[in-house]
Amino acid sequence: MSEHRCDIKLTVNGETISETVEARTTLVDFLREALSLTGSHVGCEHGVCGACTVRVDGVIVRGCLMLAAQCDGAKVETIEGVSDAGEIADLQAAFERRNALQCGFCTPGMLLTAQELLRGGGVPSRDKIREQISGNYCRCTGYQAIVDAIEAVAQERAEAKR
Amino acid sequence: MKPAPFAYAKARSLDHAIELLGRDEARLLAGGQSLMATLNMRLSAPKLLIDLNGVAALGGIAVKDGTIEIGALTRHIEAERSADIAKHAPLIALAMPHIGHPAIRNRGTLGGSLAFADPAAELPACLLALNGELEIAGPKGKRTVKAEDFFKGLFETALGPQDVLTAIRVPAATKDTRVGFAEFARRHGDYAMVGLAAAARADGKGLAGLRLAYFGVGATPVRAKKAEAALANGHVDDAVTALASDLDPSADVQADGATKRHLAGVLLRRVAKQLMEPRA
Amino acid sequence: MKITEDSPSALTALDRPNSYIGRSVPRPNMARLMQGRAQFVSDVTLPRMAHAAFVRSPHAHAKIKSIDSSAAKQAPGVVAVVTGAELSKVITPWVGVLTHLKGLKSAPQHAIAVDRACWAGEAVCAVVARSRAEAEDACELVQIEYEELIAVTDAETALDAKTLVIHPELGDNLTFERVHTAGNPEQGFKAADAVVETTFVFGRHTGVTNEPRAIVADWNAGDQRMTVYQGTQAPHMMQNLFAKHLGLQEHQVRVLTKDVGGSFGIKVHTYADEMAIVALSKLLKRPVKFVADRIESFVTDIHARDHRVKARIGVKNDGTITAWEIDDLTGIGPYSVYPRTSGIEANQVVNLTGGPYTCPNYKARARVVFLNKNVMCQYRAVGHPIATAVTEGLVELAAAKIGMDPLELRRRNLIADDAHPSQGPSGIKFEALSHHAALAHLDSMMNYAGLRAEQAALRQKGIYRGIGFASFVEVTNPSAAFYGVGGAKISAQDGATVRLDATGAVFCHIGVTEQGQGAEAVTAQCVASAFGVPIERVRVIMGDTDNTPYGGGTWASRAAGIGGEAAWQAGKALRQNVVAIAGSILQAKPDTLDIRNGVVVDRDTGKERIGLDEVARIAYFRPDTLPTGVQAELVATRHYVPRAWAFSFTNGIQASYLEVDTDSGFVKLLNHWCVEDCGTVINPQLVDEQIRGGVVQGLGAALFEQCVYDDRGQLLNGNMADYLVPMAMEMPDIECAHVVTPTADSELGAKGAGEAGTAGAPGCVMNAINDALRPLGAAALTDMPFTPGKILRALGKV
Ligand SMILES: Cc1cc2nc3c(=O)[nH]c(=O)nc-3n(C[C@H](O)[C@H](O)[C@H](O)COP(=O)(O)OP(=O)(O)OC[C@H]3O[C@@H](n4cnc5c(N)ncnc54)[C@H](O)[C@@H]3O)c2cc1C
Ligand code: FES
Ligand code: FES
Repeated sequence: MSEHRCDIKLTVNGETISETVEARTTLVDFLREALSLTGSHVGCEHGVCGACTVRVDGVIVRGCLMLAAQCDGAKVETIEGVSDAGEIADLQAAFERRNALQCGFCTPGMLLTAQELLRGGGVPSRDKIREQISGNYCRCTGYQAIVDAIEAVAQERAEAKR
Repeated sequence: MKPAPFAYAKARSLDHAIELLGRDEARLLAGGQSLMATLNMRLSAPKLLIDLNGVAALGGIAVKDGTIEIGALTRHIEAERSADIAKHAPLIALAMPHIGHPAIRNRGTLGGSLAFADPAAELPACLLALNGELEIAGPKGKRTVKAEDFFKGLFETALGPQDVLTAIRVPAATKDTRVGFAEFARRHGDYAMVGLAAAARADGKGLAGLRLAYFGVGATPVRAKKAEAALANGHVDDAVTALASDLDPSADVQADGATKRHLAGVLLRRVAKQLMEPRA
Repeated sequence: MKITEDSPSALTALDRPNSYIGRSVPRPNMARLMQGRAQFVSDVTLPRMAHAAFVRSPHAHAKIKSIDSSAAKQAPGVVAVVTGAELSKVITPWVGVLTHLKGLKSAPQHAIAVDRACWAGEAVCAVVARSRAEAEDACELVQIEYEELIAVTDAETALDAKTLVIHPELGDNLTFERVHTAGNPEQGFKAADAVVETTFVFGRHTGVTNEPRAIVADWNAGDQRMTVYQGTQAPHMMQNLFAKHLGLQEHQVRVLTKDVGGSFGIKVHTYADEMAIVALSKLLKRPVKFVADRIESFVTDIHARDHRVKARIGVKNDGTITAWEIDDLTGIGPYSVYPRTSGIEANQVVNLTGGPYTCPNYKARARVVFLNKNVMCQYRAVGHPIATAVTEGLVELAAAKIGMDPLELRRRNLIADDAHPSQGPSGIKFEALSHHAALAHLDSMMNYAGLRAEQAALRQKGIYRGIGFASFVEVTNPSAAFYGVGGAKISAQDGATVRLDATGAVFCHIGVTEQGQGAEAVTAQCVASAFGVPIERVRVIMGDTDNTPYGGGTWASRAAGIGGEAAWQAGKALRQNVVAIAGSILQAKPDTLDIRNGVVVDRDTGKERIGLDEVARIAYFRPDTLPTGVQAELVATRHYVPRAWAFSFTNGIQASYLEVDTDSGFVKLLNHWCVEDCGTVINPQLVDEQIRGGVVQGLGAALFEQCVYDDRGQLLNGNMADYLVPMAMEMPDIECAHVVTPTADSELGAKGAGEAGTAGAPGCVMNAINDALRPLGAAALTDMPFTPGKILRALGKV
């Protein structure tokens, strides 16, 4: 292994992956190109739009601001995996009911970002919800429907706990 | 928009990082939340990237002898949630929520933010206001630099090419400590147009040891020393007037110099109020 | 909604059991988008696919003296390095003019600059390599020698005799000029008790679609066919243009468009980069992919707005508006964009200014000039935000001047709801509008009187809130008058083909496209309703020039109004075909049968007779059991184009409530309301979300967005950290409501709704800010975006 190419072993959506990557390959490009997990999107490649949001070791990160090489030994989860696990089925249903996506390009990042807040429990205020998604750009919806959907799920989950 | 090729090495220890820094055009990688964007845009093209993540010596938050020490690799999110920081470095706690967005704070580090030294960033100004110091390790061992001497110019610090910022230290707050923080950013989480971090000690009469550190108004965080003198005596209006000679902000894409200067005055009034109130 | 009786249904569209018209059914494509299983063009990978990157001119205007690509050609992974001159042998240049915009001129534009670069960001050389990263590596090795030329960057002086003419062969820098006088403006101003005059300035914007422009072109030399996967709004238009400039027959080109990450007009134009990609694929005989990165998007995605409008209004003390006058100047790029041209926006400003009002005295001039900046063209709500802000800004300034409530002044001047058909001062024709009903609804929805009282009370406490309004008209459902008559091969009509498959499900192939607006859902709703099946049984196919009826695509708020009508008619026609066969199977008269809920029933009693699956089974597999001479036609195609009106105008009114921090100049948006009339509302939720998204795009214009250029033609904020798009934290919740005035031109009666939000929001916010600051004696703000600095200046604090 030269230092320009790195061998990495990680789990992606629970599956163990061993790959050799170019050192300069970002995590999101690795997921999209090497693993064909194209649900994580590339909107700006400078950390501003949030379309590339994925989970690494349980927390959301910008997939364009991390190298694949840094993920050796990491647990990576993408929208495909989180969807299949059923973890956000209620949130997805709420997005659908509320038409909280139009083109859907921002949606995988929005869902993962929202889920991080929702996992904290409780019913956050609308302002808190807006703050949570403040780094996720959506050109289509104007955000209100997204906030509505997240708020509705927070309430549902809180009810279910009671 | 893909980075130019580089080599990648994971530092096994602080010494290993310093050793690797000896190589041609090597660069440290911490949270990557500033560096990766510049690499993607090919604004910088190091030959070797040295990943500090995982170097245990760079983590940790410790309080001892009236000082709170925060490891350089402490992530923004850890600082935001740290009870020690809330208690002993309340100014930093106030500043944290203004930095970027959740996903950025999950990765970005305090050390990276200080080493990057963006003139509109919150933490450099906080450190300056707190009269903090930075611990630096290099080939010749460790040294300590005062915040005052650390920020040298635009994105320029006292860090040498083979230096690693290892930790910061600020005096732990006491019951008399007063801090204030406010900024104007066009959108939540953006770098500030103008911001102000302030710290002082309430001595019964006024504010002793007052330090007002502005950011977004120059190449580095800037102390407003004349305003400090006026405000220490409780003269808010004079302090605002004094800013005219303390600050000489130049224009950027978001605002011209005159606007920034005006906003600096508005911040001063708001922060002055915070400073006058005892801490909850 | 007016339904012509078709055979054979006793039910209207609204009371059919499967009527989805007027219902908020969810869109069928959402699950894949939410699971990360969509297929955006940026996701497409093909065997042997190579990646392109462009070397772009760092100068706004420069002669290309030499290009040395030898080192780049040697770089790892490089397939080809191609200059403009080389590529011009594969693809011909184009000129973006339309004959109905008289006098509009432009110069030939090449896919890659030949000899001269005319804006900073124009491609001067292409590199094709194994990966995008390697293509970028090699771009850095291309040596280009430039000779910098003077850059023309100021629209105000672009026509001065001493200013360099960008295209000498055109004689001057004037792209297009329109002068229009109606009524008697001179007398109108004389009759006025007060005249308000000011200059409005609109920032240069760009669309910042979340997914950048993307294309994969695949020339198969064996098939002699070009397959293009493109995130475009208008596949058939692109098919025509790719074929024309590559020297192919149209049938040799197939354009495929699946999921598109936002469009807003950005993806309806012909980009030099995309033309270069199809040419490169043809040249290299392999698939070539190009996804614009965000930085190059900022300097190549079309820009828009950037108008300076000097404007005047005359008003009598009783509130009667007596005259309008505007002088619009806009600086586009060095070329008029192909094929829709860069003259349409200014033309729309002339068309739409004063549009909601009765005052006929109108004088307008619009000039469009060439500049050495990125190209400008149509972007969501083309011209509307400008015309609306100018009109509504004048109206509120006039109201303030004569001391009249701004809603009252509107009441006295808006075209009466019963006065239609009518026309605007520019001569635009309105079939039926509802300004007064919309205004009345808004007034009560927002509790205007209550807000005014709150505003007054808060002012006593030093809190400055403002209320602003904007009435508007919106162009939707364009007929051929928009582009076709000007010679552009852009279809005004759209077609839908519906087919009953062998299991009783329905496929609908349609020419309109989907970029999130909901055209797919609306099409399914129309087909399901008209044909008589549960919506789950309808599958909609779009975005494939090989497989959909010829159509214009989705732009100018046409997808639901035009595509929806075609789908509706096709559904009805298929119903007729199917009951004919069912009749012959059941030995019943077809006109005694109907289809409801997927079953053929007795028209009068609703009694179930035969399932669609059974009809299909017989028709497809046992046609031998049908009477001789009976042939089942389980496919029907219908087309629709608006004929009676050039455009189906919609109308509405918005209101903004905001607070200005008079210390800092920061604006906090508190509430926003929109009442609009898009005719029949096929899917209320989708309409409301179009409005909300559109409003937020307009709020971005009012407060944040602007491409900032220096006087050498360099874009200073071409990245997402510095070009400020609206983000969640700063945006308000938006309340929507509707007045329904269907168009009689179609059976459905639906007009468009995609642009109303963007049309009204900027002017509305401008008015609210000025309303907030008026008691402080601040100079009226008319220069967007309204940054803290500008507000502080108006307050005399900076
Ligand atoms: C969308 C977005 C919004 C943001 N908003 C803000 C904001 O409002 N305020 C703000 O302050 N920041 C903001 N940031 C930046 C963020 O705070 C970064 O995390 C921080 O600036 C850099 O920290 P890092 O750990 O990510 O460093 P990196 O990006 O890894 O490194 C930055 C630089 O510091 C050097 N470096 C890192 N660690 C060390 C060390 N220990 N010793 C020596 N050199 C070192 C690196 O070599 C590099 O040159 C934002 C970022 C993004 C993407
Ligand atoms: S692509 Fe990573 S934040 Fe935009
Ligand atoms: S739905 Fe299109 S960007 Fe959010």
